[in-house]
Amino acid sequence: MDKVMRMSSERGVVIFSKSSCCLSYAVQVLFQDLGVNPKIHEIDKDPECREIEKALMRLGCSKPVPAVFIGGKLVGSTNEVMSMHLSSSLVPLVKPYLC
Amino acid sequence: MPSSQIFLSLYKVFGVEENMNSTSTHFVPPRRVGIYEPVHQFGMWGESFKSNIGNGNMNTPSHIIIPANNQKLDNNLSEETSHGTAGTPHMFDQEASTSRNPDKIQRRLAQNREAARKSRLRKKAYVQQLETSRLKLIQLEQELDRARQQGFYVGNGIETNSLGFSETMNPGIAAFEMEYGHWVEEQNRQICELRTVLHGHINDVELCLLVETAMKHYFELFKMKSTAAKADVFFVMSGMWKTSAERFFLWIGGFRPSDLLKVLLPHFDILTDQQILDVCNLRQSCQQAEDALSQGMEKLQHTLADCVAGGQLGGGSYIPQVNSAIDRLEALVSFVNQADHLRHETLQQMYRILTTRQAARGLLALGEYFQRLRALSSSWATRHREPT
Repeated sequence: MDKVMRMSSERGVVIFSKSSCCLSYAVQVLFQDLGVNPKIHEIDKDPECREIEKALMRLGCSKPVPAVFIGGKLVGSTNEVMSMHLSSSLVPLVKPYLC
Repeated sequence: MPSSQIFLSLYKVFGVEENMNSTSTHFVPPRRVGIYEPVHQFGMWGESFKSNIGNGNMNTPSHIIIPANNQKLDNNLSEETSHGTAGTPHMFDQEASTSRNPDKIQRRLAQNREAARKSRLRKKAYVQQLETSRLKLIQLEQELDRARQQGFYVGNGIETNSLGFSETMNPGIAAFEMEYGHWVEEQNRQICELRTVLHGHINDVELCLLVETAMKHYFELFKMKSTAAKADVFFVMSGMWKTSAERFFLWIGGFRPSDLLKVLLPHFDILTDQQILDVCNLRQSCQQAEDALSQGMEKLQHTLADCVAGGQLGGGSYIPQVNSAIDRLEALVSFVNQADHLRHETLQQMYRILTTRQAARGLLALGEYFQRLRALSSSWATRHREPT
């Protein structure tokens, strides 16, 4: 869990993903489109993958990836990101982290 | 008996085998002119048939089946009933003394000829309509057979072809197709209601209720699709449950959210500055979300292709490739759900931005857009197959 909290604060926008997860890739593309350079953690390449997955689920994610953190706080998965973007609440949130 | 056989027996009823170009010189017995009645009835029936095709409502074959009127047609032609039928003029007044008045005879003969001529024209038109319907029916039956053979899920109430596909019918998909048929019917009903209500007077509370019902109806479809995607995601992705023109615009198992905005926005003339700003933001964010999902889909296609083509091609054994591909396919279900979630959110945001009346007009426009696409599909199918 500590590792997750540490990893999620490494940059303004952090995405926990898996190399095989195409939905995570879609989320990454969206942030890049908004002018943000998110930090991608491909947890399947991490030796502690199972622990990270469990930690993410414990934080409230229904599925471990994609898990999006903005400013160190968990925003949610694809659903939440999309809803926020369409309701115009995502852009203000990422404003401080634009490239 | 097969529906096309019903047409043949109807032909016999109308004596199509007879010479259609019977001359008008012989006196047509008055009772034969009873053909007026069934043709009138068919005239009305024919209209309802056309309008059902227009709605793309091909799911209920009962509209194509000949009504029980054929019983009546038999009676009209064979029974010795005296007609006091409306519209039958007094020209069949049998009491006119023919022996005393040659002019009257001539006039009556002319009138009879005219009546017979009109009757033959009507009969000809009716038979032509029957011919068209019969062809449509044969084509539909052929399409169904083809669909069965290709392994598509063919709807309920139609017995499975013994030569058809060997897979068992997926009950989840069969259920979805049936539910979707009902969904479309309810959709058409709601569109009619919106149209009526917007042309008349309705208070805001009632209108709000109608709008919310219409919105919930769309959300209901997304739930149905989610369940169906778990049963067979390829089916939902293929859009086989939609008409052909709708399929042309398919994006991850449904309509493009950005298309929805494109369809709706020209219909709102008066928008406040805030609304214009909100709509602009929505268009942009919707497009961005759509693009992101599209790119995700492309990546999924590439990884899937790599997966299937992995290892040695031509070796004859490919079970590991197929198995790993199956694992990847689970992701497709997520994409379909995500695309529907995007559609849901786009509708939700439009509802938030617009006034109740504007939302009602928007939903009417959207509904009619899909109706037109369905009508286009059936018109195209008919035109494409018309014998030259």
